[in-house]
Amino acid sequence: MRWAFLARRLGFYLAAAAAAIGLNFLLPRLMPGDPSSAIVEELERVSGQQVPAETLMSIRAIFGNPHANLAQQFADYLRQLSHGDLGVSVVNFPVPVADLVWQALPWTLLLVGTTTITAFAIGTLLGVVAGWKAGSRFDAILTPFTTFLSSVPYFWVALLALWIFGFVLGWTPLSGGYDADLPQGFSLAYAVSVLHHGVLPAATIVFSAFGGWLLGMRNMTVTTVREDYVLLAQAKGLSPKRVMFRYAARNAMLPSFTGFAMALGGVVGGALLTEIVFSYPGIGYLLYESLQKRDYPMMQGVFLLITLTVLLANLVADLAYVLLDPRIRARG
Amino acid sequence: MLRSWKVRIGLSILGFFGLLAVFGPLVGQDPRANDISAISQPPSAHHLFGTTQFGQDVLAQTISGARGSMLVGVLAAAIGTLIAVLVGVPAGYFGGAVDNGLNFLTNLFLVMPVLPLILIVAGYVQGTGPFVIALIIGLFGWSGGARTLRAQSLSLSSRDFVLAMRMVGEPHRRLIFFEILPHLTGWISAMFLHGMIGGVMAEAGLAFLGITDSGSISWGTMIQAAQQQSAVLRGLWWWFVPPGLCIALIGTAATLVNFGVDEVSNPKLRVARRSVVVRTRKVVEA
Repeated sequence: MRWAFLARRLGFYLAAAAAAIGLNFLLPRLMPGDPSSAIVEELERVSGQQVPAETLMSIRAIFGNPHANLAQQFADYLRQLSHGDLGVSVVNFPVPVADLVWQALPWTLLLVGTTTITAFAIGTLLGVVAGWKAGSRFDAILTPFTTFLSSVPYFWVALLALWIFGFVLGWTPLSGGYDADLPQGFSLAYAVSVLHHGVLPAATIVFSAFGGWLLGMRNMTVTTVREDYVLLAQAKGLSPKRVMFRYAARNAMLPSFTGFAMALGGVVGGALLTEIVFSYPGIGYLLYESLQKRDYPMMQGVFLLITLTVLLANLVADLAYVLLDPRIRARG
Repeated sequence: MLRSWKVRIGLSILGFFGLLAVFGPLVGQDPRANDISAISQPPSAHHLFGTTQFGQDVLAQTISGARGSMLVGVLAAAIGTLIAVLVGVPAGYFGGAVDNGLNFLTNLFLVMPVLPLILIVAGYVQGTGPFVIALIIGLFGWSGGARTLRAQSLSLSSRDFVLAMRMVGEPHRRLIFFEILPHLTGWISAMFLHGMIGGVMAEAGLAFLGITDSGSISWGTMIQAAQQQSAVLRGLWWWFVPPGLCIALIGTAATLVNFGVDEVSNPKLRVARRSVVVRTRKVVEA
């Protein structure tokens, strides 16, 4: 039964990936405007005369011919994609989109990866404590506060933090991911500047994200605390800490844990707004820039990357669920 | 349900902003009027919330932003909820092939990363007004609701009273509209509320990214204008603080209502009032 369940999920994710690739192919072609025509128009605007036929041909060879047969275009697109080729950036011509993505990816993974884990750890821990003693002063203050926190728009928190810590107090830089005067590489000064630039964006992400984990964990803990096995553990005279973490929290963790696996999938695309507020050189900022400058190949490439990581993480979350929850293991 | 203080406070705040959205622009100052004599002024008696760098009154903009933001929120929620009902209820009610198809569609929208997707679509559709933005947000925001409604109508359609009516030969359409849907009104209204907040937040996010038409005034476009004119770097905090606070207040209000509703439907989440706990403990210890 377990295998049937896994096979069904795997089939779904393959179909979803196919849909994402198809969407990625179709969207730009359904919408007005395409990279080739945009470049041709730009060239004609700058030079004031019609683009020669040879130039038009070579532009279309690189960015695709909008008038070609759709099936032909799709075949070309798939062939490119199978080589890991995401096309060429229009704005940063002739840099391949894949290269730009690879440059931006470590920044995002570092920033959002660490903050996702930190926020999850803090939120879950506080959630267990709040749920264990639901109605206590700790719970009565923390829970409404986090409710408010989780309703605040993230980019606004980021702006506020930037104003207070960057502008008024001057503790952190106002933008960027590193000190541009320093040579990039493994030097202490460079590492310090990366940390200095990253601390405020990281803090704002943790600040706005831990509340969600807290609330979920709190409510699950409130429910498990009243189960009989927790009562039994207490009756056996086990230490309260042990009962709280080994008995109540462990069983309340399940939904949080799959949520965490999915959140990891959001790491690549999840910090769009952070990166924009802080001009942080990651994937989100890349997408924003490409959107502003209408760099279609770049938009598509980044979107595909974000979608595929989300799908992969969801698949992993499903697998983890099967491993963690004995009920699914038995029933399928 | 109104006995819960959470629901009452939440509904009052939502009601206040609702009234502000409807009547606010009629009584307030002109949000676009430029007061050249007061540019980038901090809050004062003359301009209670201060002025923008164009000399526009921030209070007037916040009031008129309520209409822009709430309009998108309500429209997006209406579209999203409608699709959720249209997809979720038949999937749960009919089962079989209908369910397979609709459920696949729901799962697909559920796993797709919504913000980048909306961003790309909105990026292609240029010069977007509030209606298009609401449409896009609604189109991509229905999947969670559809899943809930599917599960609920699945359980409803196997209850005795529905089975009995099915055997009597009641047409499906009648069963869905008169037997299934009325039992789902609680879920659907919670969904609508949730969608409205999601819509307000999404609009703010999109406006912040510069997607929406900058001519319209909403809390999102206010924050975006402040960001564009580097209000942060020049210390004009009164420009971006009020709209953000308004969004946060609406979000909190909706969460409070949802909490209250959850606690009514799931008593396990209801915790004793602190004063009662303390009093009981005293009695026990005495």
